[in-house]
Amino acid sequence: MLTDLTKLSLAAARKGLTDKSFSASELTGAYLGAIEAANPALNAYVAVTGEQALAMAKDSDARLAKGQAGPLEGIPLGIKDLFGTKGVHTQAASHILDGFKPEYESTVTANLWRDGAVMLGKLNMDEFAMGSSNETSYYGPVVSPFKAEGSNANLVPGGSSGGSAAAVAAWLCAGATATDTGGSIRQPAALTGTVGIKPTYGRCSRWGVVAFASSLDQAGPIARTVEDAALLMTSMSGFDPKDSTSVDMAVPDFAAAVERGVKGLTIGVPREYRMDGMPGEIEKLWTQGLEWLKAEGAVIKDISLPHTKYALPAYYIVAPAEASSNLARYDGVKFGLRVSGKDITDMYELTRAAGFGREVKRRIMIGTYVLSAGYFDAYYVKAQKVRTLIKKDFEDAFHAGVDAILTPATPSAAFGIGDETLAADPVAMYLQDVFTVTVNMAGLPGIAVPAGKDGKGLPLGLQLIGKPFDEETLFAAARVIEKSADMDFSPKRWW
Amino acid sequence: MSVDATTVKRIGRLARIRIEEHEVAGYQSEINSILGFIEQLGEVDVTGVEPMTSVSPMVLRRRDDVVSDGGYPEQIVANAPLAEDNFFMVPKVVE
Repeated sequence: MLTDLTKLSLAAARKGLTDKSFSASELTGAYLGAIEAANPALNAYVAVTGEQALAMAKDSDARLAKGQAGPLEGIPLGIKDLFGTKGVHTQAASHILDGFKPEYESTVTANLWRDGAVMLGKLNMDEFAMGSSNETSYYGPVVSPFKAEGSNANLVPGGSSGGSAAAVAAWLCAGATATDTGGSIRQPAALTGTVGIKPTYGRCSRWGVVAFASSLDQAGPIARTVEDAALLMTSMSGFDPKDSTSVDMAVPDFAAAVERGVKGLTIGVPREYRMDGMPGEIEKLWTQGLEWLKAEGAVIKDISLPHTKYALPAYYIVAPAEASSNLARYDGVKFGLRVSGKDITDMYELTRAAGFGREVKRRIMIGTYVLSAGYFDAYYVKAQKVRTLIKKDFEDAFHAGVDAILTPATPSAAFGIGDETLAADPVAMYLQDVFTVTVNMAGLPGIAVPAGKDGKGLPLGLQLIGKPFDEETLFAAARVIEKSADMDFSPKRWW
Repeated sequence: MSVDATTVKRIGRLARIRIEEHEVAGYQSEINSILGFIEQLGEVDVTGVEPMTSVSPMVLRRRDDVVSDGGYPEQIVANAPLAEDNFFMVPKVVE
């Protein structure tokens, strides 16, 4: 009976708690039990904070009894290991932050605790959020709760927020925090039949979140329904004077926008997203999504975003450049791992060689190279100019009356762990983000919503891209797709 | 543009990451594959285009130039691999 509580949507759990159908302690206990049973197989959590979770749940029960419940009172959440959580494991799934327990709490998680949420533990991810398959984690890959029909092979949940997506899909938390620099919320959400939104740059504070590429990083939620994602988004958002790029504007009640519908909205279809060699089932899904929106009263309009194909190469200059600068702080002096050497430079070099994984080292080296003397203008400045053009493409579309843009979320369904083609060529893996990365480059909001399945029963997602700070339209349009698809995207339990 | 083995070692030194001799060839080919991918940006005409400095049109906020934080050195060094008397300890830098 208790384990069934984990199957409730976040919204339904909230109702059950306020109706006193069950207590926050029972709900948290049910999730902790589910984690204990599943984590050896899925590897979604890198740290479980059971005692702290039960203590937080007990406090929630007291507030619920007094009628002082916050908007997320008693809701058990998983937190990506990238968020600083006071006194709790925070390593960005890297060896170099060995043993790091921050003395502070990130603003986004502090907002969630302020609203009554309960922390179950820290979620696995690609090391420093660099990856699209959750295979670069120091703690080993996350195993997707999904299997292809007729196969027993382990699949990836996507990345970098692979632990968040897998935990949400496998009922190991009611919702999760995640972050997105090039697609790290939307791609894993799409591969696991969950909903993930990257809000407009500046909507969520970056304070206390381990930095990857500061001009692109944004936090957002992954949840099982559009409504759940909207509830989490409202709590996570808000102005923070401690982040100089945080935007000082009111946070709407996102959940109130979910049932608004799309009647009269203009949905753009960018022709450049119709990539060569796009699988037929992705093409079909996209067309189906457009038909659903049209049936609910939206107007479909063909648009052009001519610089789309340059977003990914520009990203692989900007993101590594910013990463090489941000990750300079890991030197074996202030926190984490230290490997001794014959002098201080030796110590730096040995510490960083031992502490960073291969993908992280590769990106730091690319970043160091493109920023080095003589190359800065040719690479970094050029990429930032291309970024201006990418943003202008979107602005032109929005000025021409487009309210939101519909695209596929990923070029394919989930792939196998240890895929040889992807392992052999870094660029092949980078192409996972081909539909999502433009959104980060332009600072826009984007949501991934499950919309169908491939031939082997694996979930496929669609992406909606919105105007700056118009996440409400994205929730409304994503809800139309969710309702129209009307499919069960939960995995068949094998763990 | 592509990098040779000497450049790979130089980048490693600049990035303060020890690259062992047997790792050079691997990094060289991976970095060159990424640089090859990036090269297509050469097709884009950026004449007269301003490089992006901020995705949203905003002026960087400034706070008053006063001390607003601090006074807890023990928290600052709490996670240091080696600390003494609230100082970070490092190998000798100056003889």
